[in-house]
Amino acid sequence: MADAPPGVQGEGFFAGKLSDVVGLARANSLWPLPFATSCCGIEFMATMASHYDVARFGSERMSFSPRQADMLLVMGTIAKKMAPVLRQVYEQMAEPRWVISVGACACSGGIFDTYSVLQGIDKVIPVDVYVPGCPPRPEQILDGILQLQELVKNESVRRRSSPEYVELLASYNIK
Amino acid sequence: MALDNTIIQESLRGRFGDDVADFKQIHDILTFEVASGSIREVIQFLRDDQTLRFNFLTTLCGMHFPDAEQSRQIAVVYHMHNWIDNVRIRIKCYLDGDAPEIDSVADLFLSANWQERETYDFFGIIFKGHPQLKRILNMDEMVSFPLRKEFPMEDGGRTDKDDRFFGRTTDNC
Repeated sequence: MADAPPGVQGEGFFAGKLSDVVGLARANSLWPLPFATSCCGIEFMATMASHYDVARFGSERMSFSPRQADMLLVMGTIAKKMAPVLRQVYEQMAEPRWVISVGACACSGGIFDTYSVLQGIDKVIPVDVYVPGCPPRPEQILDGILQLQELVKNESVRRRSSPEYVELLASYNIK
Repeated sequence: MALDNTIIQESLRGRFGDDVADFKQIHDILTFEVASGSIREVIQFLRDDQTLRFNFLTTLCGMHFPDAEQSRQIAVVYHMHNWIDNVRIRIKCYLDGDAPEIDSVADLFLSANWQERETYDFFGIIFKGHPQLKRILNMDEMVSFPLRKEFPMEDGGRTDKDDRFFGRTTDNC
């Protein structure tokens, strides 16, 4: 069970900030959208399954529709031909949305320093958490999700309208 | 009776004369050169002749020799396979480095359709008469032909890889 956010507590009542409660709710019910293209996707399958069980962290249901997902997990080599597809998937996600880049290929192109491979997904979409490794162990992917949960908890409810966020999306030319 | 190399060579010589040349055995496969203008006729002959019966186009790909003379810088290689006698041959066709053009064989072998597109994609070889000659594997926006030797293999946009930290200098990479 998640700990209660800071606030004033008494007999039968609790007073705290709404943003804390919303952050808590969002952080513990992140719906993942797995965008798996290679071996990191296999590691994520292990993360999803009973042994590592990502459901313990509130991500029970994989969402294969971008419109009903909060957390885009990009796992694997993204070819340049795939880049517009990835970008479209990101654009289809509703706010609030977060991105985890899993593995060396998604983070920087990895060993594929070549004409056909995108050199890191942050060339086309903004990334919140980078998970290193080739491929990362399931523990590392879980750690990435926990790091993201910390971000989500401490973020403004109205992050979408903050000037930094607007500027970030504008720098990627995402409307 | 097995289909002998000499039979293949003699029937091609008899039909095409000097357009087929330089017959030699490389790694157990009879290899020869064909003048670029007659490649269609040669492949059709190999396929339809009652003795030769090369009924299968195994592969088709390009080669680039930037240091060769102008007229032999680009080449197309065809591998054909006779399933009945289990004999293979390799055909090479050298093209001009500045304007590599060759006749398409996509109507003779349907499998050549994608292989010619791929060869165009990576080497920029124009296959005349191909029904849909556009890029097949690389992204459509690409302007280079990446397997030609003048184009760098590595992506220019890489930022995290500083050659100094990997023991590479400009001389040894």
